[in-house]
Formats: sequence, structure tokens, C-alpha cells
Amino acid sequence: MATSGAQSAAAQPAVVEPEVVLGRQRGLWWDAWRRLIKNRLAMFGLIAICVIAFVAFLGPHLGVLGRYGPNDQNYDPAVKQLGPTANHWLGTDQLGRDMWARTLEGLRISLQIGLGTQVLVLALGLLVGAGAALGGKLTDNLLMRVTDVMYAFPDLIFIILMRSILTGRDIPVLTNQKILIIVAIGMIQWTTIARLVRGQMLSLGERDFVLAAQALGAPRWRIVVQHMLPNTLGPVIVAITFGIPVAIFAEAALSFIGFGVPPPAASLGTLVSIGYTTIQRNVWNVIPPAAAVALLMLCFTFLGDGLRDALDPRTR
Amino acid sequence: MAGYTIRRVLWVIPVLWAVATITFFAMHAVPGGPFTSDKALPPAVNEALNRRYHLDQPLWKQYGLYLWDAGHGDLGLSFQGDRDVSTLLRDGFFVTAQLGVMGLVAAVVVGLTLGTLSALNQNGPLDYIGVVFATIGAAVPNFIMGAFLVVIFSVNLHWLDSLGWGGPTQFKDVLDPAAYEWRKLIIPVVAVSVLPAAFIARVTRASVLEVLHQDYIRTARAKGVTEMRVVLRHTMKNALIPVLTIIGPVAAALVTGSFIIETMFNIPGVGRAFVTAVERRDYAMIMGSVLFYTVIVTFANLLVDIAYAVVDPRIRYR
Repeated sequence: MATSGAQSAAAQPAVVEPEVVLGRQRGLWWDAWRRLIKNRLAMFGLIAICVIAFVAFLGPHLGVLGRYGPNDQNYDPAVKQLGPTANHWLGTDQLGRDMWARTLEGLRISLQIGLGTQVLVLALGLLVGAGAALGGKLTDNLLMRVTDVMYAFPDLIFIILMRSILTGRDIPVLTNQKILIIVAIGMIQWTTIARLVRGQMLSLGERDFVLAAQALGAPRWRIVVQHMLPNTLGPVIVAITFGIPVAIFAEAALSFIGFGVPPPAASLGTLVSIGYTTIQRNVWNVIPPAAAVALLMLCFTFLGDGLRDALDPRTR
Repeated sequence: MAGYTIRRVLWVIPVLWAVATITFFAMHAVPGGPFTSDKALPPAVNEALNRRYHLDQPLWKQYGLYLWDAGHGDLGLSFQGDRDVSTLLRDGFFVTAQLGVMGLVAAVVVGLTLGTLSALNQNGPLDYIGVVFATIGAAVPNFIMGAFLVVIFSVNLHWLDSLGWGGPTQFKDVLDPAAYEWRKLIIPVVAVSVLPAAFIARVTRASVLEVLHQDYIRTARAKGVTEMRVVLRHTMKNALIPVLTIIGPVAAALVTGSFIIETMFNIPGVGRAFVTAVERRDYAMIMGSVLFYTVIVTFANLLVDIAYAVVDPRIRYR
């Protein structure tokens, strides 16, 4: 392709021009995607996340992967506190529950919370960030001061407080413990996105193409939706991707000290914490969930690094 | 510059007030009270307890009272053992600060060394090791790291202990070597320092690489300056500036993040005190530790902003 282009350039210089232009028209997203699939670590992360999600969500319905439920107890004392065996690939815990099934449930919870939080974070962050950038000076000041205060709050401590306030009330959706944790984490995490969106929009507002659209008489909403939002999307996607492992960490850490998703739900943090109490006798209750947290966070970090390099080559 | 610094420092006051207000009302919005237990207390006892801790007053009055006292440095009494929250925080902070300082020193030493070696050996085996460490260290949570360390060094090798605090608990013992039990200290310190070390290594590597490509380094080499001197005098001196600006938030993250590790290894620091306070609905202690953590985070952010303003004069005039 490159050689034929060079040859035609040597023979007929006039023909080259449209080809170069066509190459550019593939657009930002296509170029970013090509840069991303060339990045081996990022692709490893993406594929591993897909495999983990597939096994975690569909595993329980797939024959040998789902022989045991996460809360099926085995009352035979010989099947308690086992290391890996042919039946129990990752061993069993102090109640004879299968660690493989429990780790899969933990992965499901982590993925749901990691992704669910980002939906809330995206909504709140876009709303506050765009509101601050597009509203008047007063709105901007007010919203940014709120953001500053939230930013000063230590994250995990805020989540613990929010969780205790929201627990035990009859608010319809929040009776679901996972959604409650998602709300608690999301309510502190949106500040990053809000600051990012505001900064992007303020700088975009002074760019030539926005000024041109204004000069042409485009309505304000159209400029925002068609010209500004798509251009803030790149950094927002990167920030959201990095937000996933942060949320997964927050949930696991809180469950580890007993402030997360309550048992019997087998969150990865809860599993590590239960396993940690018997670690001197059987390390096999700690290793699978701990490795699962580490692997999941690594994969999302790889993907985030790759996306950042792909979407903004300058920050490399 | 002075004006900017003063404005930024004064801004801390409304932030602290806002955090105190949110925490106060959030805490009191939680159903139940500190003396609600399975075994009902006699009404007279309950009444006396409530009077002692001003819980019989209307909420806005409690709030006003708290702000007034806190503004005068009195953080109130903990319901547990009737002790001053300030004293409890001071005792806890003494331990948390030691863990933080040890963790920070370890993180700076390891991070700077690995980052610099990585950059000097770009794309070589050392760089590979450094980048792998920086990536894994930044992604793996501290308590997971702690669990792996316990599995390897405590359960399997029996080299180290994994429960309790190995440092001095009183200030007068700081210089006494007998007050330190290294077998107990190593795992928690390593666990809290891996993430900051990874972060510092990453920033150092990028910064050293950038400086190494500057013209003045080429000039120094052309003049025949020894490689040792190029690295130490010309490169490190300039490469350290971006690293210094991140030390503040790294230290803050280390202190606020250590409460998981404190709970895990049963270390009597502020973090463990906070976790116990939340479990027991110890209002004054929760307020005290939240304000304590907020002060640390806010001042760390403040230091960064001021550091950036020193480096980049444009920021001062925003």
C-alpha cells in the first residue's frame, strides 16, 4: 500500500493529494482504534476482561464450570478447608463452600460495581462539569466549590459515611446492597470527571471551530451537542476506564474491613477477609480472591493506559 | 505569589467547615444512636449519658456547640472510655505517622532508584524490571499486597510476623532501638509503600528520560564530564522537580490509605480508631478522625498547588 502510493506519487504527483486526504478522513476514532489494537498490553487487558466477564457471568450455567453454587455448603468435614483438588479447583472454605464458585461470584460483584459506578459517575460528572462550563459565573463558582469540598473528602471515608447513612432505610432502589455501594462510591468519584469536562469545555469554547459555528449562527445546544461533547469524549473515556479499577478497589477494600457488600454475598474483599482469619492454616482461601482482585485491576489499568496512549498520543 | 498562597491557605477554612457540616449531619442521619444496644439501658442511665455528651440537646444546638468547641481546639469526648478525642487522635497519629514516614522513606528510596535505573537503561532489562514493578505496584491494592506478603513471608517462610504494631507507642521511646520489632514492622511498611513507590518510580522514569534528551546534557557530555557527574549533577537535580511536586499527594494517599492496613494488622493508629468509631457510632471520634484526614488531604493538595504555582507563574493569576 505504502509502496504503491509512493510509486504513483513519483509518476503522477497530482493524484496523490486526494489519497492523502482520504487517509485523514478515516477520522480520530478509527486512528485511535488502530493504535489501541497495536498495543499488546492493552489488548491483553481487553481480551482478559472479556474472558473473565464471560466466565464469571456465564460460568455458573456452563456444566463443569458451575458444578457448585457460591453458597452450597458441604457438611462432610473432610471437604472443609481444602487446597485445590480435582473437584474443587481452588479448594473449599471453612464451611465446605467451593472457592471457585465463590471467586466467580466475587468477580461478578466487582465487575457490576466497577461498571455500575461509572454510569453514575459519568452522568453526575457530565452534568456538573457541563453545567459549570456553560452556566453563568455564579453557577460555575458554586458547582466548582462543591466539587472542591468533595475533592477534599478522603474517598474511602466518605464512602463509609454514605453507606452507613443509606443502609437500613426503605429507599426503593437502595435496598439492593450492590446498588447502595455503587451510589456511595459514585457520589465521591464524579469530581474527577466534572473537573475534566469543565476544563475541556472551557478550552473548546475558545477554539476556532466553535467560534466558527457561533459565527454561522448555530444554536447553543447544537454547538454543545455536536461540536463540544464529542471532543470531550476522548479524555472522559480514559478517565472512566481508570475509574473502574478505583471503584473495584474501593468496594474490595471496604468489604475487606466489613463496610462493603454484606455476606452471604461473596465479594472479593469479603472472601479475602474471611480467608485471612484462617491464613495460618490454609492459604488457599486467600490466594484465589486476592489474585482475582489483582488481575482484574491490572487488566483495567492496562486497558486504560492503552486507551490514553491511543486517544491522546501527546501525553505518552 | 504571597497573595496566591494566602488565598489558597484561607480557602482551607471553608473546606474544613463544609466537611465538618456534611459529616456531622450525615452521622446523625444514621438511624439509631451510640447507646442503642440489644440490652436496653435503664432510662436514668440513658438520660445521664445523653446529658453528658449533649445528646439531649436539639441537633442544631449540638452542631453549634461542636463547631464552637472545635474552633477552640476541643474535639469533644469519645464515648468509648470517656477520653478526649484530641488525645486519642494524638496517640493514634503517633503510630500512623511512623507507619507513614517509614512507608514514605521506603517508597522514595525504592521509587527513585528504580525510576532512575529504568531511565538510564531505557528498553534494557533493568528498565523492564522497573516498568513491570511500576505497573503491578500501581494496580494491586495494598491489602492484597499485604495478604500475599503474609502468605509468603509469614505462613510459608516464617521469617516475619503478621499481627500487631512493632514500633514504639510512646514518644519517649522513638530513639530506643529496643522499642522496634522489625519482624512485625516489615510487612505493613512494605504493604503501604508499594503503591507510592510504583507511582514515584513511574514519574521519576519519565522525568529523567525527558531531562536526558535536553541539549544541556549533550553539552555536558561533549565537554567530557564523567557519566557519574552527568547523572547526579546535571540530570537528577532537574529531574527531581516533578517528583517533589507529587510527594505531597503521595504522602496523603499513604496516610489516608493506611487505615485498611492498620485494620488488617491490628495497628493502633488513627485508621483503626476510625473504623472502630464507625462500628460503635462514636460521634466525636468519627468527626475527629474525618477532620484529621481532611486536613491532611487538603494540605497535601495545597502544597501541590503552591508547588505548581512556583514552577508555572501563569497559575497564580487565574
